[in-house]
Amino acid sequence: MRRYLTFLWQCARISFVGDWRYHAWMTLLTVVALLGVYAWCRQLAHGLVTTGMTDQVSWGLYIANFTYLVGLAAAAAMLVIPVYVYRNLHLHDVVIFGELLAVAVIIMCLLFVTVDLGRPDRVLHLFRRFNFPISMLTWDVIALNGYLLLNLHICGYLLYCAYCGRKPSAAFYVPFVFVAIVWAVSIHTVTAFLYVGLGGRPFWNSAIIAPRFLASAFAAGPAFIILTLQVVRRVTSHRVGDEALLTLRRIVQVAMIINVFLLVCEVFTEFYTDSAHLASARYLYFGLHGRNALVPWIWTALGFSLLATVLLVLPASRGLRVLNVACVLAIVGIWIEKGMGLIVPAFIPTPLGELVEYSPTLHEILVCLGIWAAGLLLYTIFVRISVPVLAGELTYEKVYRRRAEPDLNGPAAS
Amino acid sequence: MNGPDDAGSRRTGPDAAGSAPGLTRRGFLRKGVAAAAGASAVGAALSPLREVDPEDLPTLERFLQRHYKEMTAAEKQAALDRIAREVEERYELRPRVADPPPLDGVEYVYALNITRCIGCRRCVHACVAENNQSRAPEIQYIRVLKMEKGSIDVETSDHHYDPELVPQHESYYMPVQCHQCANPPCVKVCPVEATWQEPDGITVIDYDWCIGCRYCEAACPYWARRFNFAEPAVPADELNTDMSYLSNRPRRKGVMEKCTYCLHRVRRGRMPACVEVCPTGSRKFGNVLDPESEVGYILRHKRVFVFKEDVGTLPRFFYYFDERGSRYHEPVEPVRPGEPA
Repeated sequence: MRRYLTFLWQCARISFVGDWRYHAWMTLLTVVALLGVYAWCRQLAHGLVTTGMTDQVSWGLYIANFTYLVGLAAAAAMLVIPVYVYRNLHLHDVVIFGELLAVAVIIMCLLFVTVDLGRPDRVLHLFRRFNFPISMLTWDVIALNGYLLLNLHICGYLLYCAYCGRKPSAAFYVPFVFVAIVWAVSIHTVTAFLYVGLGGRPFWNSAIIAPRFLASAFAAGPAFIILTLQVVRRVTSHRVGDEALLTLRRIVQVAMIINVFLLVCEVFTEFYTDSAHLASARYLYFGLHGRNALVPWIWTALGFSLLATVLLVLPASRGLRVLNVACVLAIVGIWIEKGMGLIVPAFIPTPLGELVEYSPTLHEILVCLGIWAAGLLLYTIFVRISVPVLAGELTYEKVYRRRAEPDLNGPAAS
Repeated sequence: MNGPDDAGSRRTGPDAAGSAPGLTRRGFLRKGVAAAAGASAVGAALSPLREVDPEDLPTLERFLQRHYKEMTAAEKQAALDRIAREVEERYELRPRVADPPPLDGVEYVYALNITRCIGCRRCVHACVAENNQSRAPEIQYIRVLKMEKGSIDVETSDHHYDPELVPQHESYYMPVQCHQCANPPCVKVCPVEATWQEPDGITVIDYDWCIGCRYCEAACPYWARRFNFAEPAVPADELNTDMSYLSNRPRRKGVMEKCTYCLHRVRRGRMPACVEVCPTGSRKFGNVLDPESEVGYILRHKRVFVFKEDVGTLPRFFYYFDERGSRYHEPVEPVRPGEPA
């Protein structure tokens, strides 16, 4: 127990230690996160009127980011499956970075849901009256928190074992890894069902949303991890092989092709049928009665996604530079398409046919940036801790033996 | 917003000092400065909290209040007393806050004659006055759609018609409000059961339980739910002091609200405010379980339809139209089927 407390203390200590670049980066993130806190405090004082949301478009940027990030969190499974199911050795050394990313991202998801609440002071009502299993939101609460706990346990256990300098015992984490794989699929499916189950919103009321969620998550998530791993290998001593990145490239490649295919299926069904249910999709892609705020966004997203897919299919993307471009295009394209492109148009027009457009306010954007900064801050700390711990540079033995030594020598010298 | 910026940029201090072994004077000073800067940055970030309405702070009494359905009679009375006290403090008016229970053998149903409705929106404003909705920004439970003749498609409707005189030629009017569905999607999705269907068919909200996630607002196919994006503002001289827990007592910001068929009136045998104010008699309301009721007659004999039947919500709100004698039709002589008129 005492040793565990020293582990926590060392983790806290080392997250403040680094060179000037590390400090500059952390300071920047802290400042942005505090700006987000400031904006959220204003929202607490004045209500959600500080956002661009209305009774017509009652969910906006918060829920859009939430949806996207659930996918990012689920993508950790795309590293875990090759390692634990197919015994892929290239990814073995980096799989924990995927799981740590899941932890940071799930925390961001929970923050995004919290800032969207009108009465965050009453969030404990969830414990006192929980509409399970009828409300899909309760399923999501369980899915997200369960996934957070699973990944916290897996990462925490592996890191603590490395800190103690002992070999992790498979029984304590491998079963959880396999549960987490299934759970990763479930968080995204449940989040899709949140929207799909609403008969009054024809734009969402489609069975293809859940598979599309998964496909885009398994493209955007590993693409994000490809970029992250390159940062890790540049700024830390952790070894990340090109083979690991190229294995991830194949995953993004396949997921992206499936994602684009499902998108084509959906667009065809909507537009060829040409029914009254089309209004939202028409608003999204072409604008409706002169209102077209989302049109440039969605076409940018489509362009990015298609370009990323083409790049990923071409052998040129075996080179890291092209691969990185493709990854950025995929991440941004999917962020627009799954965030603004999926959440907002479902509200336009309203069920009564009213056309009210939505654009986020500065406040809302600050809160979002703050949460992104907080998430990056967390993830940076996780990486900062795990690299030396996994490399065996920061262990209980080393820290406390060495500290004890001068004490022993000291009196002898005097 | 300069506060957090300035202070934050100095936060490199503790990190640098933290790595220095031992406690040198310089390290100590830097640590102190950095800690002060960090604390002031956090303070600046939290500063808007000073603007929180003190009445809005979660008190222990509010925190401990249980869900409406779990309250004992004594707890319910305490909650009603608290609401009355809060209204008195805020508006300097003595309200009557009650909780009229649903009546046995009653299921309320609404019928709206779209042939007669002239789109005057008196119902909209009577509703706002009766139910203490926020005036700025104004929350309205009823939305009157000006429909194109020959179409029932709401996407071609006009929500913001504003002529000198109504009705306008070549259009008809379709007011929409909560349909008090027998299979309500809003109740299904609420994560904390803050909204439910009462035995008399009215879907209500416990404003003290709602967490403001707005999932019900997304789920409603009739756009009948409203959210208090800002602190609701009702002038004291316009406050309706006849209040009930589940309907028109004042709400706070951050919670949902909706039409309750004027529950505090109808459970005491009165008509909803929108029915009472309608100058054309287009609005009919009553107990569908009573065979003698007007709504019972309408459902049996009129040309009745429900809005968005395909979404399976089973509304308790019906639209109907007259066969003859309306403002659209001249009286017609009966003819034999198959013969030219």
